[in-house]
Order: sequence, then structure tokens, then C-alpha cells
Amino acid sequence: MKRKVGLQYKLERAGWLFLAPALVILGLVGLYPLAQTFIVSLTDARMASGEPGRFVGLRNYGDLFQLKPFWLAVRTTVLFTAVSVTIELILGIAIALILQSGLRARGFLRAAILVPWALPTVVSARMWNYMLVDTYGVVNDILVTRLHLLPEKVAWLAEPGLALMAVVAVDVWKTTPFVVLLILAGLQLIPRQTYEAAEVDGASWWQQFRSITLPMLTPTILVVVIFRTLDALRVFDAVWVLTRGQLGTETMATYTYRQMVDFRKIGFGSAASVTIFALIAAFVVVYLLAARSATGGDDQQ
Amino acid sequence: MAKIVHRHSKQYANGQWRPACAAFLLLSICILLTGCRGRDSAGDAITIILDPGANSFAVDQQLAREFERETGHAVRLLKAPASSTERLSQYLQYLGAESPDVDVYQVDVIWPATLENHLADLSESFTTETAAFLPALIANNTINGKLLAIPWYVDVPLLYYRDDLLRKYGFQEPPATWDELTTMAAAVQRGERMAGQAALWGFVWQGMAYEGLTCNALEWQVSEGGGRIVAEEGAIEVNTPGARRAFTRAAGWVGSISPPGVTTYAEEECRQMFQSGNAVFMRNWPYAYSLVNGNESPVAGKVRTASLPAGSAGRAAVLGGWQLAVSRYSKNPAAATELVRYMTSRHGQKQEALGASRLPTRLALYDDPDIASEFPFIPTMRHTLDNAVARPSKVVGVDYNEVSTYYYQAVHEILTGQNSADEALSNLDALLRKVLDQ
Amino acid sequence: MILRRILYLLALLLMVVYALFPFYWALSGSLQPSEKLFAIPADYFPWPATLESYRQIFADEVFLKGLRNSVIVAGSVTLLALATGSLAACALARFRMRGARIVLGLILAMTMFPQIAVLGAVHAIISFLGLYNSLAGLILSYMLFTLPLTVWVLTGFFQSLPRELEESAYVDGAGPFQTFWRILLPLASPGLAATGLLTFIAAWNEYLFALSLTITPEARTVPVVIANFSGATVHETPWGAIMAACIVVTVPLVILVMVFQKRIVEGLTAGAVKG
Repeated sequence: MKRKVGLQYKLERAGWLFLAPALVILGLVGLYPLAQTFIVSLTDARMASGEPGRFVGLRNYGDLFQLKPFWLAVRTTVLFTAVSVTIELILGIAIALILQSGLRARGFLRAAILVPWALPTVVSARMWNYMLVDTYGVVNDILVTRLHLLPEKVAWLAEPGLALMAVVAVDVWKTTPFVVLLILAGLQLIPRQTYEAAEVDGASWWQQFRSITLPMLTPTILVVVIFRTLDALRVFDAVWVLTRGQLGTETMATYTYRQMVDFRKIGFGSAASVTIFALIAAFVVVYLLAARSATGGDDQQ
Repeated sequence: MAKIVHRHSKQYANGQWRPACAAFLLLSICILLTGCRGRDSAGDAITIILDPGANSFAVDQQLAREFERETGHAVRLLKAPASSTERLSQYLQYLGAESPDVDVYQVDVIWPATLENHLADLSESFTTETAAFLPALIANNTINGKLLAIPWYVDVPLLYYRDDLLRKYGFQEPPATWDELTTMAAAVQRGERMAGQAALWGFVWQGMAYEGLTCNALEWQVSEGGGRIVAEEGAIEVNTPGARRAFTRAAGWVGSISPPGVTTYAEEECRQMFQSGNAVFMRNWPYAYSLVNGNESPVAGKVRTASLPAGSAGRAAVLGGWQLAVSRYSKNPAAATELVRYMTSRHGQKQEALGASRLPTRLALYDDPDIASEFPFIPTMRHTLDNAVARPSKVVGVDYNEVSTYYYQAVHEILTGQNSADEALSNLDALLRKVLDQ
Repeated sequence: MILRRILYLLALLLMVVYALFPFYWALSGSLQPSEKLFAIPADYFPWPATLESYRQIFADEVFLKGLRNSVIVAGSVTLLALATGSLAACALARFRMRGARIVLGLILAMTMFPQIAVLGAVHAIISFLGLYNSLAGLILSYMLFTLPLTVWVLTGFFQSLPRELEESAYVDGAGPFQTFWRILLPLASPGLAATGLLTFIAAWNEYLFALSLTITPEARTVPVVIANFSGATVHETPWGAIMAACIVVTVPLVILVMVFQKRIVEGLTAGAVKG
């Protein structure tokens, strides 16, 4: 008993030591900026106006809650996230499974799949912009002129419904590799003997997938989903380059960017950011609670 | 399981320490070294931040070297981001930090009011000389009695058209009104498509939701007598019959004589369409002239330019262009002002015109024979310039970006069919009243 | 059986085309003059090809410096994130610490703010530390979005390892760090490789912070340099140069992936087979 307590004490002490570097770095680079954003949100500061902002209390928040465009942006972002992450998850798992099975060109294929993630977003978003142009864009060229899959050229980024679809498609293209990579790593945690035993028992591929792969992949999936969701809720680059937030594609991040950078209203923009943070945090708490009960109240998380 | 794992880990345990320690050491050294990299200081040189375009930067460098030789002041040239919004952001980074690192800024025509607190008053240094420049620009740059920037080069839009196609269908002259343009474009487009040119469209213009759309829309609006968004005294002029007429007509072009995707086009998309021979009319800035008539252009020699067509209240073209301003935080304002004087002098502007297709802001240069031979559209230019419409940046001041954004968003909604002109403009009117506290 | 094989290969082909087409388009664009890219109908084969764009970018000192800076920044960020992240993950997952969940939650909270919001304040603190316009400043600020992911993924990996692992080590008298270094870390190598790769790529391609925290070519990284490529006039986008730069910048990443993908995929299973 005494030895166990001593060990636990040693572990706890070592634990805080281990945590220290990460906490120090994040405290410096993370906590201070977040606190700063809170404080600025209580003023009407404008960027580089030559005058400091005046304290206005919660007025920015009051204005924000009444602004329909902001809440429309919130709704659009949530819709975008739900659709995007679902597609990426399904596609990602499928691709990871395909890549895992024995193929000679394995290395090349895995590298090929990663290319969308590896291309700088700044450039790939602009490339997609050009590929989606209705008159000389490649997408229309292939779908309409070469393969005759569509009757006439579509202005993907100029129609209200289609614009959001196009943005989702580009985002899925770009971030599925992220999912694939993490799922691939997660698949390695499943020992091969489990599959071999199941084969001996005569289980089909689908049965194996449902009773071995999926459950053992669940922890990885949970991490992937939460990070993809957090990223999707803050999506900016693709939307800004493709549509500038027009035609029903305004997201929380483009709204905030416009307020803070274009209009230079950093006081109001900070209030929007804090609100977005609160919304995301609320979602995460709900998600983590649901995830905990899904994994049977495991004592780990 | 534990046995396998244990054996596996033993394989790693040996010889892992040393390479790892080396990596950590290397990493720390790297970080320490890189931390020492700081801003390279300019010393005594005057720093000027400019357009990054290769052609113009070369001319700027040449002028800077001449200035160095004549005055002995060293000049350092910096390239600004190509995009206007990014450029303004970068300027604000410097100016907000009251940085002495940059002395002279190349400033867009819509920025003097917004940068008022950061720019030096040049009226003492340029007393009588201001008469040599285009009056509209001097007025634009004078905020609260202070001359904040000297006009450097001007940009007004042109109507580019395929002279060969127009003549083929019996039109000898370019269109004088927007309605004429609509008819001409439709006729040529119909005819050419029946002849097999399936990809041809009648008219391309900047319909994307950005500042360029504000320019196009303001032109349509003013040509119909619909007001100027915000008038000189501050009255909001958007929900007017003229504006409604203008935008409804433009919305009619989308899908008929302009491709449906025109609402996603900026300057380059239009130029690409026109230059590859797939458009009859194009509204664009003068920069495109040398490109569409250049060696690699499929339509070289077939292109002519004209003023933008008129609406029921006459012709209108938006005033664009760039100015040079001196920072209030400069350590060497006298020398910086001299640099501005040199770059905007007759010699400087002529070099920029001949070498970088930048139209001058000095009235005298519009009679210069060299410039006239280089730019055949110079004669029409002078008339257009005298009647150019300024965007309401001076009236609205710091709120200009917000006003412009709501304006082009409203117009964009009309063009994409999301809203009728009536509804969009009355919403816009209410929104602008809120922004401008009316 | 054959049908299944065909469907499988078809799915594979579709996958590869979907992922690689824009890359192919960039390659094709880098080998021909930009005007050809916008012809109607589109021209898919860059013939005759020209290396002019590549010549242009390699003659550009700013681009070369950008490459150097990106390598330093991305490499350092990855090593730093893996080092601090794995230590933190080990503590949170294996040392039965009180408040582990709260710490994990706080770390996750870092990724809940829109980047643009944090930008101003990060700018302020980096300036305060005297690290403005330096690579160290970038490396430090990139920790904000790379460390949380690293900690979370590695915590997950460590947690899935069997409990008994360290027990025998502790019985033998090993300390916490030795256990971490010799036993836990090697077993989490698929996770390390995966997050390492993702972190490297994220840091390599990051744009917003790099744009705001650096000003001169001495400290600028490659995405900002590429985005600032300008053509003959300010309106033109020099597609040839941009595409060439993209290819140059992506190919090393692809090679990196090919080298590390084995590590990602052959963790425990390799050990099992060998044993």
C-alpha cells in the first residue's frame, strides 16, 4: 500500500512536469490572446484609427444578438459543418480501408491521397475558383463538353443553392486526407489476430467491419470528428476565395473577418468572436458528454 | 499481448538516446538562431511601398535611382500585396504601430479619408503646383483642409469592343447608350452562335461581390440619374427610380448577353474571356489595353475602345487611380516629400505612362504627343476624366468599406435574382441609415 | 469475385483522379504559358511544354528564402509539437492525474476561436516578446493550432495501450520518463507519425499568421510568397509561376508522406508478425 501511494505521488509529480512545457506554451500563445479578445469586445475599438476604443460594456453583444445576418451565418456554418464532416467521415473511412488492404502501389497511393491536404489552401482555393468558372472552367468542360453528363454549363458559384454545394465539395476534397490519415493510424491499433480469429469463425467482411473495425475505431473516430468539426465551424479560406460569403455561404468566420478586417471594427468583431467561441464550446461540451455515454462511460475520458 | 509489446519495445530501447538528444539540441539551436532574425532597418534611406506589378516596379525603380543621383537621398522600394484589401491591411499594420519604417505610401483613391489620422499634410509643400493636377483628384485628396496625398496616376474604365464583329453585323459606331449596347451585343451573339461560335457572349463586366462591382454599379446608377450612393451633403441616394432602372437592366443582362457566371468575374476573368475571343464587349480598366492588343493575344488588332455608354442622364465613369502620401511617422518627411514631388513630376508621370501604361494625373501630359501615340484612347479619356464620378469615400470617411460592402452586396443580390431591385434597395437604404447614424 | 475486383479498382481509380486532378492541372499550368489555361475548350495536355515558369521562380531570391524559412518553421513546429505533445499526452493518459479531463478540455478550447479573432492578440504578444518578423515568432504562434491536435490524438493512442505495460517497468524500478521514452513512445509511433505529418503540413501551408507576423523576405514563408507573386501588372495573376511554385512546394511533402506512411501503417502489426 505504501509503495503504491509513493508511486502514485511520483507519477502525479512527473505528470505535471510532463505537462508543463505544453501548458506554458499554450498559456502564452493561447490564453493571453483569448483574454485580450474578451477585453476588446467590451469596447468600440477600430483598427489603427489613431484613437483608442471607448468602453461600451455589453452593447456590442446586444447589437449582435439582434443582427439577422450573424445568426444566418451561424445557421449556414452549422449546416456546412454537418454535411461536410459527415461526407468526409464516410469517404475517409472508405478510402482508409481501401488503402490498408494489400496493394503494390500502396506507398504512392497513400501519398497521392494526401496531395489535396498538402497543396497550400491559398492556392488550391483559387485553382478551384478557376476550375469552377462557368465559361472556361475545367469542371464544366469535363461534365458538359467532354462527358455530356449535364445538358449545359452550370455557373457553380453564381447560383444560391449551388454555391454552398461547391464550397462543401472543395472543403471535402481538401480535408478528407486528414481523416484518412488519422483513420489509417487508428486501424493499426486493431491487432490482426482479432481479424484472423473472426475469419476462422466464418464471419463475412461486413460482419467483421461492424463488430471489430467500427467499435475499435470508435475512439479514433471521436477524435477525428471533434477536430474536423471544430475546423469546419471556423472555415474561412475556401469560402472567402470562392464566394466571399455571398449567395448564402456567409459563415461565422467570414462574417467576423469582414467586421474585423474590412470594416476594422475590432470591438464588435471581438464580440462576434467571443459569441462564436461560446457557441462552439457549448457544442463541444454536448458532444463530449454524448461521446462519453456512447463509449459506455469509459473512465478514460 | 504484453510479451509481444515488451519485446517490441526492447528493440527500440537500445541506441535511442543519442540521436534523440542530438535532434533536441539541433532544434534548440535552430530556434535560438531564428529568433535573432529581425527587421532589416533602412538606415537613412527613404522607404516607399508600391505596386508589386513587374512592369510598374521596374519604372519605379528607375525613377528612384534617378532621384538618388540627383539628391543624394537613398531610396528603398518595398512591394505591397497585389490585392487592395490586403494592401490596406498591411498599411494599417504599419500605421497603427506608428512605424517609421515606411515613409511614402501608394494610396488608393478611396483611402485618404480613411487614413486621415496617419498622413502628413502636404498643402504647405505643394501650394501652386496643385493646379497642374486633375482638380477632381486634388479635391478627393483634400480632407478637412489638409492635402493628404498627391495624385500619381488615374484609372477610368473603358468600353472595349470587337470592332471587326460589330462591323460584320452592320454596326459602324460603338453604342452610345446602354440600351444600344444591349441590342448590339444580343445581335452579334445570336449571329455568331448560329455560325458555330458557341462559346461567345455579348458583354462581360465585373459582377463579383467586391469593390469592382461598386464601381460598375455606381456607373450604371449615375448614368440613369439615380444618385451617388451618398451625396456630398450626406444624403443617402440608393433607393431611387434611376438606380432601380439601372440595376434591373443589368440583372437582365445576366444569362442573356452576359454569362450566368458574370456575377463571379473580376477584372482578370473578363480580360481572359475577351482576349480569348469569347466576348464582344468588355468594361475594364486601361491596363488591359496593351494585353488584348499584345503579341500573344488572339484578338490583337481587332479591339477598339470607347467611353462607357450613356443612360438617360448621360455617361458616367468611376474615378480610380493611385496617389502618393507621406506618413506622419516618417523620420525624414522633407526628403520623403521631395521623393513624392519627383515621382509625380511631369517626367515621372511620363515615364510611368510610357513604361507601365499608367495614365497621368497632370493635365499638361494629355496634350503630350508621345503619350497620345501610345494610347489612342487619350482624346476620349480627357472628356471622361472631367466628368468622372468619385465614390463617396470622402463623404463617408472611415465607414466607406462598410457602405461599399453593403452596396455591392445589395446589387449582387439583384443581379443573381435573389432579390428584386425594390426590396434590395429599400433594405440597403435602411442599412445605410443605420451605419451613418441617420 | 472478378466483379468485386473490378469495382474495387474502379473505386481506386476514381479516388486517385479526384484527389490528384487539381495537382495535375497545376502541373500542366506550370508547363505552359498562362493564356493557354483559359482557352475554351480547355486544353489538357501541356504541349509544347516550357520550363520558363520554373526558371522564373528559382531565379527569385524571395521564393528561395521562403522555401528555406518554411522548412525551418515547419520542421521546428513539428518537432516541438511532438516533443511537448507526447509528454503531455503521456501524463494525461497514463499517470492517472486528477484534473486530466479539465486540462484536456482547456487545451481543446484553444481551437474554438476563429483564427482571425486571435490574430490581433497573438500579434501583440509576439511583438511584446520581441519576436515580430522572426521565425521563432511564427514557430511559437503555430503551437496554438498544432499542439491541441497532437495532445488529443496521442492521448487517445496512449490510452488504448494495455494497462499492464508500465506495471512491469515500475516493478523493475524504472522512472516515469524512462517508461515513457522506452516503452510508451515507440508503441505510439503510428500516432506520432500521423500527427507529425499533419502538423508539418499544417505549418507548411499556414497563411494568415505568416502574413500578419512577418514583413520581410528574411522571415516570410512560402505560402505568403506565392500568394504575393504578381505578374506584369497588379491585376494579373501569374498562374504559370504560381503553379510551378505549388509543384515545387508540394513534391517534398509527397516524398515525406511516402517515407513516413510506412511508419503510420506498420506499428503493432509489424511487431506481431515479427514476434
